[in-house]
Amino acid sequence: MDKIVVNKLDLFYGDQQALNNIGIAMKERSVTALIGPSGCGKSTFLRTLNRMQDLIPSVKIMGQVKIDGQDIYAAGTDVVLLRKKVGMVFQNPNPFPKSVFENVAYGPRIHGETDKKKLSEIVETSLKDAALWNEVKDRLHESALGLSGGQQQRLCIARLLAVGPEILLMDEPTSALDPISTMKIEELISELKDKYTIIIVTHNMHQASRVSDRTAFFLSGDLIEEDVTSVLFTRPAKKKTEDYISGRFG
Amino acid sequence: MKAHQADRFATIMLWIGSLAIVAILIAFLTLILGRGLPHLTSEFFNGPDGVRGQLFNSFYILFLSLVLSLPVGLGAGIYMAEYAPKNKFTDLIRLSTESLASVPSIVFGLFGMIVFVNMFGLGFTILGGSATLALLNLPILVRVTEESLRAVPRSYREASLALGATMWQTLRKVILPTALPGLITGITLVAGRALGETAILIFTAGMNVSRIPFDVNPLAAGETLAVHLFAVKSNPLPGTNADQIADGTAALLIIMVIVFNICLTLPSRWLQRRQLGRNKV
Repeated sequence: MDKIVVNKLDLFYGDQQALNNIGIAMKERSVTALIGPSGCGKSTFLRTLNRMQDLIPSVKIMGQVKIDGQDIYAAGTDVVLLRKKVGMVFQNPNPFPKSVFENVAYGPRIHGETDKKKLSEIVETSLKDAALWNEVKDRLHESALGLSGGQQQRLCIARLLAVGPEILLMDEPTSALDPISTMKIEELISELKDKYTIIIVTHNMHQASRVSDRTAFFLSGDLIEEDVTSVLFTRPAKKKTEDYISGRFG
Repeated sequence: MKAHQADRFATIMLWIGSLAIVAILIAFLTLILGRGLPHLTSEFFNGPDGVRGQLFNSFYILFLSLVLSLPVGLGAGIYMAEYAPKNKFTDLIRLSTESLASVPSIVFGLFGMIVFVNMFGLGFTILGGSATLALLNLPILVRVTEESLRAVPRSYREASLALGATMWQTLRKVILPTALPGLITGITLVAGRALGETAILIFTAGMNVSRIPFDVNPLAAGETLAVHLFAVKSNPLPGTNADQIADGTAALLIIMVIVFNICLTLPSRWLQRRQLGRNKV
């Protein structure tokens, strides 16, 4: 079933058009990779899916983004509920300057959970799901800023899972990490795929082919081509896609 | 080799600079405290010329001025940092606060005298003094608040909002706790000014002390310690040991400021540590 359906999506920064008539559908419990050169609009597109792009002044968005059949840009959409359902992992790990426990408990707390026992349970399962529990279980009450970069990124994923999302948006989640941490995050993504719909922006085409089911290629605000990952990388339909994946530019 | 020598020279100069600051502070403290401490007897506080009233007034006025200025100053600073769009109007607000921050305090004193003492017809009152002090401190509070909040990384805000937090939750649970040390510095700064301010208070709170001990009537006149120091030194009453009172008052002022700073800093450190978890980075 299609979890996300995007239709004729245009986005402007002031007068400048950054996304041009985007149309794409994403299936439930699948991984979609967004690739393309810097400034092609892939991150911008990702951030329209949880309306984080709204935070930037002078942004104008037209078209339709439907999640579970609901247009998230329709008047009366509760952005808080939307972002609870559509979580986001950022390029640079951004844990709060709080303890490991408080980082993960933050989401449930703001959504009204006060029961200590329940919070501990949520923190434990979320950290386990993010494959971080064994590394931090003895230092839950130490500062999260003392963790390594890779651990911090998995902590951010745990913090996100604790809110109970259905869709995970990942904006180049490994670009600031070393190869081993990257590998751990990629393994994590293939495990999370069983429960979540994942959309990942990546600069790294190998990463896209390793983790994703489908890949979408963006160029200058246009969605050039979208297909099953193995097909897009071996038999692209468009010349521009072929030029990009064969390394002729970008 | 030349770069090496320059490096050593610079290090030594910077070291001397820092040392000079410490030396000046030590000299200052020994002189003022050395002269004043011996006079700090019970007689000094409770005697016929005792400063018990002034000591109380200092803290009372400090307290009232903070009550008046903190909500407005913090509120305006938070608005400027988090909510205000960037346009000509907010630029004007920023310019206004900056200009106000550089107005000499005696001009504020005159303003307070015209408004509270004369126009409102209050006469010299603790309330008028506190309100004028609040006006003096407002622009600084707004600026310090705005700057401390702006120093909080954008990524914290994004992370919190992306988890479905509202702006208000983000502010309360992430931004303000992170900005707390900066805010405390700002409050310490204005509190120090309030404790030491004379020009404003002479014009608005007057140079008399209520005869009732610990008089909390805000409409009574209220001489503070700093004003008292000015008064006894500039216009010594015959038959009093003005110099000794002045020395004692100066020492007491210093002690007050130090104690007040410690009272603010320690709890804020503790709060931060609680926020950050056991092992601080």
